[in-house]
Amino acid sequence: MSVKIIHPGLLTSIQDFGRNGYAKYGIPKSGVMDSYAAKIANLLVGNKQEDAVMEITMLGPILEFDKDALLFLVALKANVFLNDKNIELLKPFKVKSGDRLQIKQITSGVRLYLAISGGFQSELKLSSRSMYASVTNSSIIKKGDVIKTETYTGIKKLTNAQLKYDMEFYVTKTLEVYPGPEFEELSIDLKTKLLENTFHVSKNNSRMAYQLEETLENNLKPILTQPVLPGTVQFTPAGNIIILMRDAQTTGGYPRIFQLTKESINLLSQKRQGDKIEFTLKDY
Amino acid sequence: MKYGKPNIQPLGEQAILLTWDEIIDENLLYFLLEIKQKILNHYSKVKVEVVNTYNSLLINYGFTINNIYDEISPLKKIVDDKIEFTSNSFCQFTLPVCYDDKFGIDLALLSEQNKLSISEIIQLHTQPNYTIYFTGFLPGFLYLGGLEKKLHISRKKSPRLNVEKGAVAIGEKQTGIYPQKSAGGWQIIGKCPVPIFDVNSKKPSPFQSGDKLRFESISLEEYQLVKEEVNAGKFQLKKELYER
Repeated sequence: MSVKIIHPGLLTSIQDFGRNGYAKYGIPKSGVMDSYAAKIANLLVGNKQEDAVMEITMLGPILEFDKDALLFLVALKANVFLNDKNIELLKPFKVKSGDRLQIKQITSGVRLYLAISGGFQSELKLSSRSMYASVTNSSIIKKGDVIKTETYTGIKKLTNAQLKYDMEFYVTKTLEVYPGPEFEELSIDLKTKLLENTFHVSKNNSRMAYQLEETLENNLKPILTQPVLPGTVQFTPAGNIIILMRDAQTTGGYPRIFQLTKESINLLSQKRQGDKIEFTLKDY
Repeated sequence: MKYGKPNIQPLGEQAILLTWDEIIDENLLYFLLEIKQKILNHYSKVKVEVVNTYNSLLINYGFTINNIYDEISPLKKIVDDKIEFTSNSFCQFTLPVCYDDKFGIDLALLSEQNKLSISEIIQLHTQPNYTIYFTGFLPGFLYLGGLEKKLHISRKKSPRLNVEKGAVAIGEKQTGIYPQKSAGGWQIIGKCPVPIFDVNSKKPSPFQSGDKLRFESISLEEYQLVKEEVNAGKFQLKKELYER
């Protein structure tokens, strides 16, 4: 069973929960940006929560199926068509051989997760299927690609059928953060500004990092190259605030002022350019 | 203790960071690698990843830590215990580099700015036995210590969009090899025909923190020969074990 890419969409990739244990080679973790949405999508087609899904960004692909499959789509709002029929999100549906699925536009949030029964069986590199440019052959799926999936053998008993995707989770503009390693070096004035001002997501937002629109005068000295993780918030000498995301490099030389909670990484990954952001401090 | 006590703190729900004073020092590196081994021994039953930079260790648990303070106290004990240096095996590598101006596109600039002849640059660059501190920035990019002061040069004002894979370059006090094609602002002085990062290999890079690396100057003809050997899968990387 396989899925053919008729049109790839704006930025579509296969992602699982990323690569663990390769930071020593400088390899990013990668994996689904919104692990909450991806987990729901997987569980509701009977997959394991960390199976590989298709991550679709803003403008989606056109896919063609060569056999029957069960699908589940998770997004805040999107226009989706199976052949010419409108498809509802958050409800499992079957596709048959020759069917075409078109994910037109994501109208709320940024990313849509498409889970298919059995998971996508794209190339496995360094124990993950997550696409990342210097590890897998490509960082995105392309026109004409054929991605293998498992043959669908009928609905398994879904033990998680009661699971609900809680959209309220995404309503807030508040990101919960822990103090980062260099947080205590900030002046009281800067701490106050960082925790009380409202910021906006800039156009520089990607799987690697989200930069915020506003800058603040930075009084911190640069640091020696240090470990960073997805969710690390960097504060550059020019005063930019950069929130590292799943494809972030493994080390960085900018002061690390915050660390996002894992929920906040999911939340931020559904924010788009112009969306408001605030930080609230949390203790470990 | 010579390097003092580290600051131990969580970094998110799945990692703990240990940071010592900000210095770049080879002995600190080997001290960190000893501590790293002790941490790995402590967690023999769970699979954690420990990575180092110049002055820190990051323990990545890969799962949400239940009670962070329960994890921190044994770590405090590990770093407080007297470290008895055990002899460890590291590797001594030699990589060929062609410093022909066909590849060393910033050699002329370095020569002019630092008032050195090209042969002096090559001599100064191939002389040290560099220490591999860690890998970061790009997959397979080695942070090397030991660059001669006379070769220090500032980065390009704006980075080149396409630095070739294998380019050997200098940025401020550091030298390195670009493991893949990428954007980069360092001054390029040569090219290494041997790939240093191979994602199709089970171990994508042969280099580890604590290993040593020398560069060996080769001619354009030798560069072509090595390249052919690499393509034919016949190239043998120069590597010796040494005890420390």
